[in-house]
Amino acid sequence: MENEETNPSPTIDAKLGLALLYQMILIRRFEEKSAELYTKEKIRGFLHLYVGEEAVAVGVMQSLTEDDNILSTYREHGHALARGVDPGSIMAEMYGKREGCSMGRGGSMHLFDVAKKFYGGNAIVGGHLPLAVGMALASKKQGQNNITCCFFGEGAIAEGEFHESMNLAALWKVSVLFLCENNLYGMGTALRFSHSIQELEKKGDAYGVESAAVNGMDVLEMKKAVEKATAYIRSSGKPYFLVCNTYRFRAHSMFDAQLYRNKKEVEVWKERDPISTLRNQLLEKNLISNDDIDLIEEKVKTEVQKAVDFAEAGTFEPIGELTKYVYSS
Amino acid sequence: MNTKTTLRITYREALKHGLREALINDDMVFLMGEDVGRYGGAFAVSKGFLEEFGEDRIMDVPLSESGFVGAGIGAALGGMRPIVEVMTVNFSLLALDQIINNASTLLHMSGGQINVPVVIRMNSGIGNQLAAQHSHSWEPFYAHVPGLKVVSVGTHEDARGMLLTALESPDPVIIFEYTSLLNMESEIPLDSGAMDIDKAKVRREGKDVSIITYGPGVYKALAAAEELNLSGIDAEVVDLRVLNPIDNETILTSVAKTHRVLIVEEAWRSVSISSEIISRIMEHAFFDLDAPVQRLCGVEVPIPYPKHLEDASIPQKEDIVNSILNMVQYD
Repeated sequence: MENEETNPSPTIDAKLGLALLYQMILIRRFEEKSAELYTKEKIRGFLHLYVGEEAVAVGVMQSLTEDDNILSTYREHGHALARGVDPGSIMAEMYGKREGCSMGRGGSMHLFDVAKKFYGGNAIVGGHLPLAVGMALASKKQGQNNITCCFFGEGAIAEGEFHESMNLAALWKVSVLFLCENNLYGMGTALRFSHSIQELEKKGDAYGVESAAVNGMDVLEMKKAVEKATAYIRSSGKPYFLVCNTYRFRAHSMFDAQLYRNKKEVEVWKERDPISTLRNQLLEKNLISNDDIDLIEEKVKTEVQKAVDFAEAGTFEPIGELTKYVYSS
Repeated sequence: MNTKTTLRITYREALKHGLREALINDDMVFLMGEDVGRYGGAFAVSKGFLEEFGEDRIMDVPLSESGFVGAGIGAALGGMRPIVEVMTVNFSLLALDQIINNASTLLHMSGGQINVPVVIRMNSGIGNQLAAQHSHSWEPFYAHVPGLKVVSVGTHEDARGMLLTALESPDPVIIFEYTSLLNMESEIPLDSGAMDIDKAKVRREGKDVSIITYGPGVYKALAAAEELNLSGIDAEVVDLRVLNPIDNETILTSVAKTHRVLIVEEAWRSVSISSEIISRIMEHAFFDLDAPVQRLCGVEVPIPYPKHLEDASIPQKEDIVNSILNMVQYD
C-alpha cells in the first residue's frame, strides 16, 4: 500500500496542462448546464452530478487506451466525457432522445457507448463489479492485454459484490483496475457510519490485491497514481485497487437537501477544487496565462451549447419500437 | 446389419453428452460453477471434464453466486460463450441482481448495443427430501423477466440438445434441469443433438384432453396418459419446454383439438406458469373449451423433509389420473 502523502509533485508541461484543464472544465460546465436543464424539466429522473470529482475521471483516462474497457456508476457523465463519448450524445441521452448514446432509453444513469468501450452507466451499487471481472477474464482467455477499469463509489465497498469481485479478480489474475471514488458519502451516510475501517485501501490486502490511495482532488497526482496502477496491471496481469479520495460539491442527486453535512465542510473541500488547483499550478509556473483559461472557457461554452442544441434537435423513439431489443430478434 | 437407432441413457448422461459436445464444438465456450471441476460437478454431470478440457475451460469458482454469475455475464460481454452452472436454483437467489439487473436489461437499456450471450444452468426441483431451502421451483420468477429466455429440460432428448441451441442464442438463456430426473433412463435418438428452443412440443398425441406441463411434470403426465388410455381416455401431453417467451401456438392448437385442459406444474400455484397459461387460453381460446381449465400445482407451503409430506406437496401421477377422470366424467 502506498500513502497518498508520500507522492512527490508530478511534472507537467503547458500542452498537457491545458488539455487536462479543458477536460475538467468541460465536465464542470456540462454538469452545471445539466443541473439548469433539470430545473427546466428538460432532464428528468435521477441526475447525479460529478462537480468536484473531475480530477479523478480526467486523471484516470490519461493512462487508458482505446482497447481498455470502462464500466462506471450512475454518476458517470464525467467518466463518459473524459473517455471521449460525444457530449451531444450524452445530453441527448439525458433528454431521452433516440440520438442519445443509449438511444435515450437509459437516461443520465445509463450512458453506454460500446464503440468507446464504455459499458455503462450501471445504477445498482456494486452490481457492475462482477461484470468487470468477467470482461477482464474474457480478455485474458482471448490473449488480450487490455485493462478493464471499473469505477465505483466507496458505498459499493459495503456490498458483497465488491468483496466477491476483488477475490475473484485476484484468484483468476485478471486485469481489473478497481477504481474507488471515495467522496465520503454514500448518498447521505458518511463513510464513518458505513465502514468499520475507513482507510479503504487496506481492504486490498485481504484479497491479495495491490492497492493504494491517492488525492483525488489533484489531477496530476491522479494521473501519476493511475500510470503506476496501469503499469502494474499491464506488466503483471493482476488487478489493482486504487482509492481516490475526493468530494462532491453538490448534492447527491437533485432531490437532496444535504441535511447530513454542514456547509462549512463543503466550503473547506471547495478550497481544494481540482480545477482551481491545476489552474493555479499552471499559472504559478507561468505555463499558461489567464487568456488561455478564458479561451478554454469560451471553447467549453460552445461545446456545451452544441450538446444542448443537439439534444434539443433530437427526436423521440416511436412508441412502436418500445419492445425492440428486449431480445435480439 | 445394425438397425439400432436409439441410445439408452440416463438424464444425467444426456446432460453430460450435450455439455461435452458444446465444449468440443467451440473453443469460446467454457464452464464455470461451484464444484464443476475437481469434484466433478455436484451431480456428476461434468465428471472427468477437468482432465479432458483443462482448468481454463472447466473453472471451479468460490461460493460467490453474485460474483461468478456476474463474471459470466461480463465474460459474455467480452466475447466468450460462458456456461455458468449455479449448483442449484436455490442459490440462484444470491445472483438475482446480476441476472435481472444486468443480463436481462443490458441489450434494451443500451439501445441494442450490447448482447449478453450467457447460458446459466441450474439444477432444480423437488423430490429428494432436501427440505424447504433446497426444494425450490423458481421457473415462474425467471419466466417473469423480459429479456431472459427460460427453458425447462423435461426429457432426455432436451437434456442432450437444449444446451447446444442455447449457446447459439445472442441473449441470456436460463436452463432448468431437474435433480429428480438425473438417474432416470430413457431412449434418445442416436443422432440427437441441437434442437429448437422456441416451441413447446406435443410429447403424446391425444384427442380427449390436453395435459400441459413442463419439467418433471412431463414424464408424470406421460405415465398418467398411458394409465388413462386403459380407461379409454386419450390424453395429449404438451411439454411447454420454453417458459419465456411462451409458445402460444402449440398450446392453442392443442386446446382447439381436445377442448379440455389440465395444467401440471410443481411450482407454487399462485402467480405461476399455470396462471399465465390459463390467462392465455382465456384470451385466445375461450370458445374452444368444453370445460373449465383445471390445474395441479405445488401446494403453497415450504417443502417439508419427510417423504410422505414432500410427495403430497407436488402433483403425482395418480393426481393427474384422478383429475382427468373427474374432468371427463361429466361429459
